[in-house]
Amino acid sequence: MLEINGLRANIGENEILKGINLTVNKGEVHAVMGPNGSGKSTLAQVIAGHPAYEVTAGSVTYDGQDLLEMEPEERAQAGIFLAFQYPVEIPGVTNAYFLRSAYNAVRKARGEDEVDPLEFLDVMEEKMKLVDMDPSMLNRSVNAGFSGGEKKRNEIVQLAVLNPRLAILDETDSGLDIDALRIVADGVNKLRSPEKSAIVVTHYQRLLNYIVPDFVHVLAGGRIVRSGGKELALELEEHGYDWIQTHAPEAAGAARG
Amino acid sequence: MTATVTQPESPVHHYLESLDDLLTGKPGRVAELRVRAMDRFVALGFPSMKNEDWHYTSVAPIATRVFGRTSSAPAAPEVDVSPMLFGSPDWPRLVFVDGWFAPELSHVAESAGVRVSTLAALLAEGDSTDLARLGTIADHDNVAFTALNTALMQDGAVIQIGAGVEVEAPIHLVYVSTRPAPLCAVFPRNLLVLERSARATVIESYAGFGEESYLTVPVTEISLGEGAQLDHIKVQNEAPGAFHVGTIQARQERDSELHSFSYAAGAELSRTNVYTILDGQGASCTMNGMYMVSGLQHVDHQTRIEHAQPNTTSREIYKGILDGHSHGVFNGKVYVRPEAQKTDGKQSNNNLLLSDHARIDTKPQLEIFADDVKCTHGATVGRLDEVALFYMKSRGLDAEQARTLLIYAFAADVLEEIPVKAVRDALESAVFARVRGEELQVAGE
Ligand SMILES: Nc1ncnc2c1ncn2[C@@H]1O[C@H](COP(=O)(O)OP(=O)(O)OP(=O)(O)O)[C@@H](O)[C@H]1O
Ligand SMILES: [Mg+2]
Repeated sequence: MLEINGLRANIGENEILKGINLTVNKGEVHAVMGPNGSGKSTLAQVIAGHPAYEVTAGSVTYDGQDLLEMEPEERAQAGIFLAFQYPVEIPGVTNAYFLRSAYNAVRKARGEDEVDPLEFLDVMEEKMKLVDMDPSMLNRSVNAGFSGGEKKRNEIVQLAVLNPRLAILDETDSGLDIDALRIVADGVNKLRSPEKSAIVVTHYQRLLNYIVPDFVHVLAGGRIVRSGGKELALELEEHGYDWIQTHAPEAAGAARG
Repeated sequence: MTATVTQPESPVHHYLESLDDLLTGKPGRVAELRVRAMDRFVALGFPSMKNEDWHYTSVAPIATRVFGRTSSAPAAPEVDVSPMLFGSPDWPRLVFVDGWFAPELSHVAESAGVRVSTLAALLAEGDSTDLARLGTIADHDNVAFTALNTALMQDGAVIQIGAGVEVEAPIHLVYVSTRPAPLCAVFPRNLLVLERSARATVIESYAGFGEESYLTVPVTEISLGEGAQLDHIKVQNEAPGAFHVGTIQARQERDSELHSFSYAAGAELSRTNVYTILDGQGASCTMNGMYMVSGLQHVDHQTRIEHAQPNTTSREIYKGILDGHSHGVFNGKVYVRPEAQKTDGKQSNNNLLLSDHARIDTKPQLEIFADDVKCTHGATVGRLDEVALFYMKSRGLDAEQARTLLIYAFAADVLEEIPVKAVRDALESAVFARVRGEELQVAGE
């Protein structure tokens, strides 16, 4: 589904991604872990098409298409969804309007009719309940004045509404209390299917108890330095990232999912 | 009639001469008012950019040309005003074509306690008592364009709402320029008097057709008696070559409420002054506005809220959206007199620049001479938030949709406060349409 080869990306003059290789197949869940500043969010944002990052080398294909040639909205319309580490506030645009616009944009790209606003209200309210959010938040501006946890849940509401084929969760668990964590994880698990894949960026093995990954990768210094099964997360929890640097049995960049 | 000497070829001299026609055979208070105002205009001259109130706006295109005053009403004007209307066609409406009342296009229902007449009709009657307050509110002694209007005012609406009378339907004043000749000038003059506890809504729309330059210099005087409430909306959608310099000036008595909204999207150069004096305890005003310009347009707002008595309240939000090479100016003065203790004032001006070439000069000004007051003000200038644009695109919205939504969101809070729903909806659509680059409608649906 997603194939990343030798991906390098800069922000300004700084090279952040220094040759990423990663393959995500249909139905797989990949966890990406790694120290602060290692490039996890950069990878996620490059996949989503953030214009501030310049791709200098490598390729990304999604369903055989050259993803790097696609506009961010085309990627979204093709089924890619990024839950932001720092969800953006949009004062003046209501959650309901935003969700409906996004949903309709994705439907339109698939050649489907726009939804009836009233029917869609029911859909949105149902998705809000999925992550235990008060439907009254539909009338508030997108993320404006939301608490950290509410913002993260709101990302999951969007995910649930847009029903993507490749979901990228960038530290969606950070800032969530333990109940919310379970709620969000349940929300994500409900969306799992053999046709869908996910990349879950997290610092905590805790989340991976709920969203059980097929693969775990460690990103450090802009490269994937270690890949393994879900037990790798437990080892990391125990030993920390320094342990990887000294016990790196696999060659850097040889990660495979 | 006046002792002042002007250069025979100068535009000022030309306006001075056109006064003579207005005075022949019409003695009385209004004639004296005209003469006095013209004296002041000749003495003040057109403001230069050295004048602090005109620091960022050059009126040279107006001051260096002769705009001829339209001297009579056009016969049976064939103008389609429907694009300028809002809401119900039943709303009382007075249409003025090239400065003169057009009864064929207007309708006003008689009702108890409400007097709606036109300035030209009242002037023809002689010194009507209905005009007693004319020239007592707007400052023709110090403001050149108000002086010019006062000297040359031709027609307009004179509306009086009696004590305790509440008028439900908005009264719509429509000024349309058809530019019957090159370089026409019109000087509309409105007088709105709300007696004690009266309530009303008045909308003023300005628009024009055709290619020629023209000049509109309107003045609206507003008198609010004790506890009176007026919602006043001005929609300035003049044609692209137009010059528009307008003033709305109010005097508010105890516990009265003025809710003013000024929308400016038209004209090559426009200046709108909105002034009020809160001259009785408990008086309050909301003074909001929005300007949206592009190309080479110049748009200027000057507001002045004078807190003259204790316990008065003002709220002000002006928002600007500037594209192309346009230039916006906002100067908002809040003036608190020494006796105006417990004044509560909030003012803000926010601007969104959509191009690297657009420019805004914003100058909120607080002048406070009382010590127990609560006043805040602030101004911002920003661009579209790139991160928010990306966020929206990452959810599937295309670039145009994301842009439109963000611009709209910027303006939403001030638009939402427009007190008449039909006007609110129409201006919201106009903002959407303009952002999308669709041809700008004159107004309304
Ligand atoms: N706009 C920017 N300008 C300059 N440097 C940036 C910018 N964005 C990211 N960086 C740098 O790129 C590096 C990688 O950042 P990134 O956000 O991808 O890290 P991360 O792995 O997601 O970290 P965290 O775990 O803290 O979220 C960091 O050193 C960061 O400072
Ligand atoms: Mg990150």
